[in-house]
Amino acid sequence: MRNNMKRLMKTTIAALALFGAAAFASTPAQAAGDTPKPPKQSWSFSGMFGTFDRAAAQRGLQVYREVCSGCHSLRLVHFRQLAGIGYKEDQIKAIAAEVDVQDGPNDEGEMFERKGLPADRFPSPFENDKAAAAANNGKAPPDLSLMTKARFNGPDYLHALITGFAEAPSGVEVPDGGNYNTYFPGHIIAMAPPLADDGVEYQDGTKATVGQMAKDVTTFLSWAAEPELEERKSMGIKVLLFLIFFTGLLFAVKRKIWEDVH
Amino acid sequence: MSNKQMHPLIQWIDYRLPIFSFMEHELHEYPTPKNLNYWWNFGSLAGIVLVIMLVTGIVLAMHYTAHVDYAFDSVERIMRDVNYGWLMRYIHMNGGSMFFIVVYIHMFRGLYYGSYQAPRELLWILGVFILLAMMATAFMGYVLPWGQMSFWGATVITNLFSAIPWVGDSIVTLLWGGFSVDNPTLNRFFSLHYLMPFVIVGLVFVHLWALHMHKSNNPLGIDAKTDQDCIPFHPYYTVKDMFGLGVFLIFFAYFVFFAPNFFGEPDNYIPANPLQTPPHIVPEWYFLPYYAILRAFTADFFLYSYTPIAWIMTAKLAGVISMFASILLLLLMPWLDGSKVKSSKFRPVYRMFFWIFFIDCIVLGVVGGKPPEGMWIYIGQATTTYYFIHLLIVVPIVSRLERPKTPPESISAAVTQQAEG
Amino acid sequence: MSDTADPAGSAEFDEQTRRDFLFTTTGAVGAVGAAAAVWPFIDQMNPAADTLALASTEVDLDAIEEGQSITVVWRGKPVFIRHRSAAEIKAATEGDKVDLPDPATDASRVKQAKWLILVGVCTHLGCIPLGNKSGEARGDFGGWFCPCHGSHYDTSGRIRKGPAPLNLKVPSYEFLSDAKVKIG
Repeated sequence: MRNNMKRLMKTTIAALALFGAAAFASTPAQAAGDTPKPPKQSWSFSGMFGTFDRAAAQRGLQVYREVCSGCHSLRLVHFRQLAGIGYKEDQIKAIAAEVDVQDGPNDEGEMFERKGLPADRFPSPFENDKAAAAANNGKAPPDLSLMTKARFNGPDYLHALITGFAEAPSGVEVPDGGNYNTYFPGHIIAMAPPLADDGVEYQDGTKATVGQMAKDVTTFLSWAAEPELEERKSMGIKVLLFLIFFTGLLFAVKRKIWEDVH
Repeated sequence: MSNKQMHPLIQWIDYRLPIFSFMEHELHEYPTPKNLNYWWNFGSLAGIVLVIMLVTGIVLAMHYTAHVDYAFDSVERIMRDVNYGWLMRYIHMNGGSMFFIVVYIHMFRGLYYGSYQAPRELLWILGVFILLAMMATAFMGYVLPWGQMSFWGATVITNLFSAIPWVGDSIVTLLWGGFSVDNPTLNRFFSLHYLMPFVIVGLVFVHLWALHMHKSNNPLGIDAKTDQDCIPFHPYYTVKDMFGLGVFLIFFAYFVFFAPNFFGEPDNYIPANPLQTPPHIVPEWYFLPYYAILRAFTADFFLYSYTPIAWIMTAKLAGVISMFASILLLLLMPWLDGSKVKSSKFRPVYRMFFWIFFIDCIVLGVVGGKPPEGMWIYIGQATTTYYFIHLLIVVPIVSRLERPKTPPESISAAVTQQAEG
Repeated sequence: MSDTADPAGSAEFDEQTRRDFLFTTTGAVGAVGAAAAVWPFIDQMNPAADTLALASTEVDLDAIEEGQSITVVWRGKPVFIRHRSAAEIKAATEGDKVDLPDPATDASRVKQAKWLILVGVCTHLGCIPLGNKSGEARGDFGGWFCPCHGSHYDTSGRIRKGPAPLNLKVPSYEFLSDAKVKIG
């Protein structure tokens, strides 16, 4: 019995050592080393039982459409997917119809514009990447569909970035077209601060502070990056519970069969 | 096995194609040492993960498009639109990491208990070939989503071949199918990524065939001599393997459902941009130790000017050769280790060096993930040097000089001893 | 415990049933788990969300004048929408009484008499019949004419002459309003 305990201890220590190494190794090296870690926020969708706060996500969609969509595309999201954050079919049709989408060619061989449909994607503000760069000081604003997965600690980082614009500390020179941001690696970001208090008038009456808008748009973008999150976590709970139960049964079977050998 | 017990239909088939008596002999009555511990579960786990990767991979291939303009979007379509597509993708993605975890544990088990020693040398060698095939498969698979890391990882690793003197550049152009990693490269990687797992299946078949010739090793490292030493594989080890599978699936499921991007790189969720290099190019975690060895050879290492072949030896070439050597040297384990006793259980000095080697590999992995700056360069060089010292100096010398403890007479004697003790 | 002797082997029998129960339960639970695990692998082959999104098409009927036909694409196939004139409707209802290769009344093929909606694929071997664009041949019965093997369809889309065995298929559709129809 003691031998088994010793062996189990050794295995556990080895496993913990591995995980420690993994955790240590997985903190990304910061470029200049002095970019602070984004402060941890509490998100409705974190943890094993997380879900997307529908109201926050819908406010976030409003922030995206009224502020961000002027420069940032969201091309991996289709309007019909908005059902995932609580919109009904007629609301989705209305949102889609507000944009014009290029279609064609028609029978004359020409491209034409039509009102958006639920099956369409969110439109891009620019024709292509080069146009986007040309209109933005040489740097194309990145697509936001996967932004919270494309950055380490995505949601926290995004929230910190949007609220992290500040005056450059003394001694730091900000080149033309640049803006100082506390959390952006290298501190000089091409994007001007996008949010200002009351910049958006929320339809549900919530006060639109910069912090509130940042939280809402990050919730929306987290949904946009991982629309399957709620289904994934709920399936995960069921799978884990089943596996724990089933493995328990298998352990009993194993002991039963091995009785005569032990 | 009594023929009378077989159902007439089974008998009819078996007479013409003996699959049933084959299974009966190799999987049912197959005598296995009775003292195998849970470290022996990892072989069957590896086989099951291979099947999981094949099935999810074939499913993903139904929806994936291997063209630079469509690859990234086709993967996102799988994630968002295909029914359970996100589940297939996350199982395949995390399954790759699981495959390497299981195989590395399986290999360390072999190193600890001397499973590579006679008469199992070919079994071990086949295993190393399986590892090489897995590494090629995983490398090409990672390129397919065509994210930033896909593209730049492919660029860095294919560029390595230019270090080969005289023909290096031509080889790289051949691999690329062009003048940089581009659509021809992606297309052929997809074809080869689909092919390699079936090569692995073939290698696994031969690996198992070799295993069945002399049966499994065991924690004591002594041969199973009598019937008393063994028990039939079914039901004892089938049920133990199923239990082990249950535990493994819990571990696997946690990552798939609750931390699906833990083993990955956020940069790979950015579409590949040939005109913008990410600040830190890192391969997947299971390649990090080899990456550390590759990068340990820096340009200012003074030894280069002294080597007789300094006119073709570059830091890059030294790194490439060492990286491949770190795996190919493993093929020689059965001959590097000259001990008459197999299991580290009876070799306390060797056992200590085993653990040092294990830690060395872990540290190499950590180094591989760090940017090559400051103290990490020195740690990387030290751990790389020690890796080769272990294989080429420590193992041959300790195995031949150490006087091991005496192993017990037989497995059944040891098992009875343990029960009474 | 009781003093009486244990009746032959019943304790052993209990052990046996307990073991069997454990094995059977484990097997059954495993089978259920395996079935649940297999389903996603099969379902992933079913039409994906983006395919389903294009499974129905809405069409504006305002622009179609009387006597005019248009073609729309629905699930990858052409669909004919004809704004029938009074004369065409009369011809269609009169066709009810004729001996048809694939009998069907005109009323059973339309929801509103003036709108005829058909899948524009010939039921013979799959060509697209002519008759939708102005100037195209409409066949002997004023409906459609398939140039591949000479099938003639009438103003209700029913096969009248030629090798096609069935009438042009009527897809499922509903009127969202007088001016809008949703096909599929």
